[in-house]
Amino acid sequence: MPAATAAIIRDAMTLIDLANPTRFLTLTARILPWLAAATAILLLIGLYQSAMAPDDYQQGATVKIMFIHVPNAWLSMFVWGVMSLAALGTLVWRHPLADVAAKAAAPIGAAFTFLALVTGSLWGRPMWGTYWEWDARLTSVLILFLMYLGLIALWRAVEDPSRAARAAAILTLVGAINLPIIKFSVDWWNTLHQPASVMRMGGPSLDRAFLIPLLVMAIAFSLLFLTLHLAAMRNEILRRRVRSLQLMQASQRSA
Amino acid sequence: MSLGPYASFIVISYALVTVVVLILIIWIAIDYRRQRARLRELEASGVTRRSGRSAAEIR
Repeated sequence: MPAATAAIIRDAMTLIDLANPTRFLTLTARILPWLAAATAILLLIGLYQSAMAPDDYQQGATVKIMFIHVPNAWLSMFVWGVMSLAALGTLVWRHPLADVAAKAAAPIGAAFTFLALVTGSLWGRPMWGTYWEWDARLTSVLILFLMYLGLIALWRAVEDPSRAARAAAILTLVGAINLPIIKFSVDWWNTLHQPASVMRMGGPSLDRAFLIPLLVMAIAFSLLFLTLHLAAMRNEILRRRVRSLQLMQASQRSA
Repeated sequence: MSLGPYASFIVISYALVTVVVLILIIWIAIDYRRQRARLRELEASGVTRRSGRSAAEIR
């Protein structure tokens, strides 16, 4: 067998191993402490850089809210993207960890979306003169937050996880339509919210003094999500193990 | 470092993010302990996994 083919088969076997919840738990136990430490260090660096960043010539020190608002806003959409991929994993490939990944991500995504909305509101009051405006960006992010809550409610309402998985996956994929609407809302409609200043054609329009702390905070929050997500997935696997053992216990008692 | 006339908005934003992230971390940590405790209780009551491995073993 050629070496390249053997390497591909070996990689595929590694992926199949990860699909096994027990193997996933072993891997998680090994990497979680390192991930948590890396997250803490990067968050500290990001917070220090945010504190030391200069004032904006128009916004003054209020620009510091950007360093926490933007990472949370990015993650609010990124987490739904992760859940959408997991939904495909549930519906198409029936991956054993796909629904676990989606269910574990939802409360974390809801928390990031809540923080994006509230920090945006607290930034908007001094800069725009209002906490809230029913413009396309703010409204579409509020809809995203409500969709997170709806999904969490669905998972909680159905006791059997395998029955909830399919409905949740379909709802997640339908909800993914909202992601491009959020991203391009500032271009498609006349909004109070400013247009993109980092992920845009022609490169970021932000000065390096703001861009670098923002990117460090964005990476730190992404690592935070990864750490919390792996830990929450581990909890969900254990919860399902508890459930199946309780069912075995109940059937043994009734026999 | 002066935070200017809108210092309260900046401080509340950072404080809120800190509180919510801490709640997430604590909630996940408590959930982990609770599931481990339930698995230990089930194992103590004599229920075993189909694989024969310990219920409380997470690896």
